[in-house]
Amino acid sequence: MPASMPMWPRPWLPPAETEGIVAQLKQMAGAVVTAPLGWAARAIDPPLRLWQRLTGTGGMAAFFLLPNMAIFGVFVLLPLVINFAYSMTTGGALFLSDREYVGAAQYAQLLDCDDYTDPSTCAQDQFWTALANTALFVVLQVSLLIVTATITALILNRELRARSFWRAVFFFPVLLSPVVVGLIWRWILQRDGLLNAMIIPMGLDPVNWLIERNWAFAAAIGVTIWAHLGFYALILLAGLQAIPKDLYEAAEMDGTKPGRVFWRITLPLLMPNLLVVIVLALIRAVQVFDEAFVLTGGGPGTATLFLTQYIYEVGFASLLKNPGLAAAASILMGAVLVVLTLIQLAISRRNEKKGKLK
Amino acid sequence: MSRVSAFLFRRRGGKGWHWTDVVTFGWLFFGVIVMFGPALWLIMSSFKSPAQLAEFPPTALPYESRTVVVEGYDKPLPLFIVTDEAGTRTLAEVRRVGTTAQMVDPANSGEIQRVNIANRVPDRQVGFAWDNYVQPFLAFDFMLYLKNSVFVTVVATLITLLTNSMAAFALSKYEFRGRNAVMLTVLATLMIPLSVILVPLYSIISAVGLFNSLWGVILPTVATPTGIFLLRQYMLTIPDELLEAARMDHASEWQIYWRIVLPLTAPALAVLGIFSVVWRWNDFLWPLIVLSRKEVYTLQVGLNTYAGELNVQWHFILAMTVVTMIPVVIVFLFLQRFITTGIAGSGLK
Repeated sequence: MPASMPMWPRPWLPPAETEGIVAQLKQMAGAVVTAPLGWAARAIDPPLRLWQRLTGTGGMAAFFLLPNMAIFGVFVLLPLVINFAYSMTTGGALFLSDREYVGAAQYAQLLDCDDYTDPSTCAQDQFWTALANTALFVVLQVSLLIVTATITALILNRELRARSFWRAVFFFPVLLSPVVVGLIWRWILQRDGLLNAMIIPMGLDPVNWLIERNWAFAAAIGVTIWAHLGFYALILLAGLQAIPKDLYEAAEMDGTKPGRVFWRITLPLLMPNLLVVIVLALIRAVQVFDEAFVLTGGGPGTATLFLTQYIYEVGFASLLKNPGLAAAASILMGAVLVVLTLIQLAISRRNEKKGKLK
Repeated sequence: MSRVSAFLFRRRGGKGWHWTDVVTFGWLFFGVIVMFGPALWLIMSSFKSPAQLAEFPPTALPYESRTVVVEGYDKPLPLFIVTDEAGTRTLAEVRRVGTTAQMVDPANSGEIQRVNIANRVPDRQVGFAWDNYVQPFLAFDFMLYLKNSVFVTVVATLITLLTNSMAAFALSKYEFRGRNAVMLTVLATLMIPLSVILVPLYSIISAVGLFNSLWGVILPTVATPTGIFLLRQYMLTIPDELLEAARMDHASEWQIYWRIVLPLTAPALAVLGIFSVVWRWNDFLWPLIVLSRKEVYTLQVGLNTYAGELNVQWHFILAMTVVTMIPVVIVFLFLQRFITTGIAGSGLK
C-alpha cells in the first residue's frame, strides 16, 4: 500500500480560509460542548494509561482502531459475507439460520430467460426490465451529464466576473436532499404544473410529463443531471485550473483557434480528471434510486423501475418478499460496482504516478 | 440595472465580444434560471392556499382574496370585481348557484344581485398562506420527524468524527502488524455501497433489536471510509516530532491524540463534519427500510410518505419541503466556498 491513498491523487489540505471557519465553529460550540467532552476525555485517561502500560503502543493502536473497525465489521463486512449466504437460500424468514439452502437457484431464476432481448419472457421479468432501464439510464444520463458538466466547467474556467457566484449557481442543487429534489420536480412536472403553464403560451400541447413512459424516463434523467451536475463540474473545474496557463499563452501567440486549443491542449490534459469523473458518475448512475423513486415511484408501470428499486421492492416493500432473490440481485449489481471502482482506483493511481513524474 | 449588467458582463481583459462570450453568458443565464428557478418556484408555491395551488395557469406570486364583513352575514364574504352593463363595481359573494352568483353590495347589504360568474374576477391582493407552515407543526407529526432528523444528524456526525479520527490516528501515527491489511479493508469497503448490502444489513439490524430505532439508522452509516482517508491524509502532515516531544513529557497516547493531534486536525474535522451533516440529513433509502413506524420517521421518510398518499396535500408538502431545505441552504450560504474547495480537492461526496 502506498503512503498516500489513490482516492486523493495529491495530498489535499483544507484551504487557509478554513482556519477562520474553524475558529467560528469553536466559538459557536463554546464551553457547552467542550466542557463535558474534556471531562470525559480526562476521565478515560487513567484506565487507558494502565492499558498502555500493559500492552504497549501496539495495544493502543488496537484501542484506537477498535470502535471504527467494530462498526465496520458488524455493519459492512459481516453483511457482505452474509449476503452471499443469503443469496443461496429461499423463503421469507429473516434470519439466516431459519432459511432453506437452495444453492444457485436464486441466480438461476434471475437469469432464466427464453429470450434475453425481451424481458417479458423471463422468469423474473421485473428484474430484466429494471436491468434494461438501468442500462439505458446509465448510458444516457452519464453521457449527457459529462457533456453538460464539461461545458459548465469550461465556462466557469473563463475569466469571469463574480466567478464564485456562478459556481455557486450550478453547485447549489448538489446539497439538496434527493427527496426534496424529487418533490420540487414532481411539483413542476405535474399536469397542472409550471412546465405545462410555460409551454402552452408557446403553442405547444400540455404533456403529462410523469405519466407518459418516455417523458417520465427523460424526467428521471434530467432531474438526476440537475441534481448532480454541479458536483462533477466542480471536479472538472479543479482539473482545468491545474492546466498550466503558459500553454494557452503559447497557443495564443501562435494564433491557434479556440476549437483547436480545446482538442489539442484542454481535452488531453483534462483527460485524467475526466476519466475519474466518468467512472464516479457511472457508479452513481448504476445505483440510481432516491430522486427517481420520489419523482415517479418507478412508474408509469415499470417505465422507470431501476435496479436498486427492484431490490428494495423484492426484499422489503412487496407483499411477497423474497430476501434471497433480492440478495442475489444485489450481488450481481455489486459485481458491476466492484469492477467500476477497481477501474477508478487504477486510473487514480496512474494519474498519481504521472503526477510524480512531472 | 445597467451598472449591474456592466459589472456582470464586463470581461476582465476589456476586449471586445467574441462568439464564445455569447455562449458563456447564454449558458450562465440559462444556468441561473434552471438551477435556481425550481427552488424559487417551490418557495413561492409553498405560500399559496390550496385553492390557489389548484389554479391553472398558476400565478407567480401567492394571492389571497379580499374579504369583507357584511351586515347580516356571520362569515366574512369574498369580494369580486364585477363588470357588466351596470358598470364596474366591487361586490361580495353570498352564494353561488351554477353559473349565477348571488352577490351583495357591502355598503347596501339588503339587496341581492344576481351576476353571471363570467362577468366577475376575484378581488385579490398578494398574501401569504402562513397556515401551510403552521398547520404541519400542529396537526401532523412534522415536529416529531424534525426532532428525529436532528437527532440522527447530530449523533451520527459526532460518532463519525470520533471513531474516524481515532482510526485515522492509529493508521497514520503507529507502525503495527496488519496496518496495511486494515487499510485494504477500509479501501475495499469503498466498493460496497449500502444498496448492495441492504438485505443482510436489515437482518443484522433486526437481530440486534435496532429495527424501528434511530440507532439502526445511525450506526451503519458512521464508519465512513471517506472520512478515514480524509483525516489520515491530514494527520500524516502533522510532524511526528511533536508526538515524540509529548511522549518525553510523559503524556499518555490518549492525551497525545486528544490534546495534540485532534486540535491540529480541526480543519479536516470541520470538512468531514459539514459533509456528515449534509449526508445524514439527506439520507433516504436506509431510513426508509429501517423505520416503519411513524414515531421514528425522519423528515425525508415522512415527506415521502405524505407525498405518496392518495390525496396529496400539496400545500402542506411544499411548505414542509421548504423547511427540510433550510438547514442545507444555511450550510450552503455560509460554507459554500469551503465545501466547493473541499470537493474539488478530494472528490468527496
